[in-house]
Amino acid sequence: MMDTLIAASYFVSAILFILGLKRMSSPVTARGGIVWAGVGMLVATLITFFYPGMHNYLPMTVAIAIGGGMAFWSGRKVAMTDMPQMIALYNGMGGGAAGAIAAVELLKGEFTSTTFLALAIAGALIGSISFAGSLVAFAKLQGWARKPLRFPGQQVFNLSLLAASVALGAWLALNGQLPAALILVFFALALGYGVMMALPIGGADMPVVISLFNALTGLAVAFEGFVLSNPAMIIAGTVVGSAGTLLTQLMAKAMNRSIANVLFSAFGTTGGEAAGEVSGSMKPVDATDVGVMMAFAERVVIVPGYGMAVAQAQHKIHELTELLQSRGVDVKFAIHPVAGRMPGHMNVLLAEANVPYDLLYDLDEINPSFAKTDVALVIGANDVVNPMARTNPESPIYGMPILNVDQAKNVIVIKRGQGKGFSGVENGLFYADNTRMLYGDGQAMVGELIQAVKSVD
Amino acid sequence: MIAGMTALYIFMLAAFTGYEIISRVPVILHTPLMSGSNFVHGIVLVGAMVAMGHASTPVEQVIGFFGVLLAAGNAVGGYVVTERMLEMFRSSKKGAR
Repeated sequence: MMDTLIAASYFVSAILFILGLKRMSSPVTARGGIVWAGVGMLVATLITFFYPGMHNYLPMTVAIAIGGGMAFWSGRKVAMTDMPQMIALYNGMGGGAAGAIAAVELLKGEFTSTTFLALAIAGALIGSISFAGSLVAFAKLQGWARKPLRFPGQQVFNLSLLAASVALGAWLALNGQLPAALILVFFALALGYGVMMALPIGGADMPVVISLFNALTGLAVAFEGFVLSNPAMIIAGTVVGSAGTLLTQLMAKAMNRSIANVLFSAFGTTGGEAAGEVSGSMKPVDATDVGVMMAFAERVVIVPGYGMAVAQAQHKIHELTELLQSRGVDVKFAIHPVAGRMPGHMNVLLAEANVPYDLLYDLDEINPSFAKTDVALVIGANDVVNPMARTNPESPIYGMPILNVDQAKNVIVIKRGQGKGFSGVENGLFYADNTRMLYGDGQAMVGELIQAVKSVD
Repeated sequence: MIAGMTALYIFMLAAFTGYEIISRVPVILHTPLMSGSNFVHGIVLVGAMVAMGHASTPVEQVIGFFGVLLAAGNAVGGYVVTERMLEMFRSSKKGAR
């Protein structure tokens, strides 16, 4: 009787997860979607307390209270700009949990078939990599380890580490015997690979990496679901695994790179210097002139990038948008898929600042309209607006789909100084005849633009 | 409960479901969707509870404890941040959300 009830509850929560994710595919129903999935989670968690043959209830409840409590507190107070590292952290915790399940099962060693043993080991490997890798990604995004760490022979070293953990895992699966010492070595190798694989990856590649780790955790959860014969885990884990894989591919495609290229090659170290030569000069402008230009423009497109997040300029941007709209200016936002540090990062920040989502346009939607745009305001974006991706086959970012900002009548770039962007690639846009540079802090400059527009009348 | 080929079928169908769901998602929802799916794999909590509930030696119990702790963090944290993000999305047409 209890068994049937548990099975039925897992079935219901699997349905709720899928429907919840489905509802999240439209901005109108998305809010309800997460609630549906949340109910599914609650049902599955509560019924698991009645799982047959369970003990350790007291420490279990304590663990849930500590883990859940800390996550609730941190999730409530985290700033929207810090969302990428928080998601990386929670995702890593999921991977770690999958690894822990595998560790308990492996130590017990009560496997009915080699298939289950192999799945437990595969889940342990993937979960541990996701755990360690996500924690490194978290540390990087948090600013604890900003510089990508690279050393000669790194790729060979990392691949040998991965090969060693896979080989040991395979040996454990086939051998049938599970000595505790070797299990420990296996986890150490997997965790070590997770750390090493995430270390060389730079900030601009983070959207790809975060969604990859998300997919990996999903897969690890699904594998451990097979081991525990738990359909809710299998279905939810697999759905996340495949959805995450697709999202990772979308992100990689938006950078015109393969996932392997993101993971194994260090961006900006491949020949960038000589290839990025440009003619012309950067022409500075001051905020008053730009304010006048925008106030009398018909169409303005704002292009945000990671720099907007750093400067916390999104609220000022919203103020500027409303001001311009009240003058009858048509204001749109152009969002590149990999702008920021996670998929859709810019959308979240602009939403936080109350910018309505129907003003935000995707790459394909906005590109045809740049030619009709009077002023394109680039704030904190660099590589995603670099026309060299179209024109210069020698450039390291050649072939990457970009926002064709250079086709606008006037381009204003808000930038801290004259330095190159994250990737170290020269940006032809900054030297173009129709581009003017507005040097300064993003938030302060947009503030000045607001004043300038206000004083036009 | 489930064995062999049946498990494989579940895996295949769930994989297609995941692919289908996300392939139609507008770019503006990529972050909430990623963090939503991040929440959904918090279902690992169920497995961690079962593993801990059946742990016998102290070592297994300690590992199980951390498993449950991490999984609870994944589930709760994933829910809270997703909910916060989705709450902010609004259209200019309706005014309110």
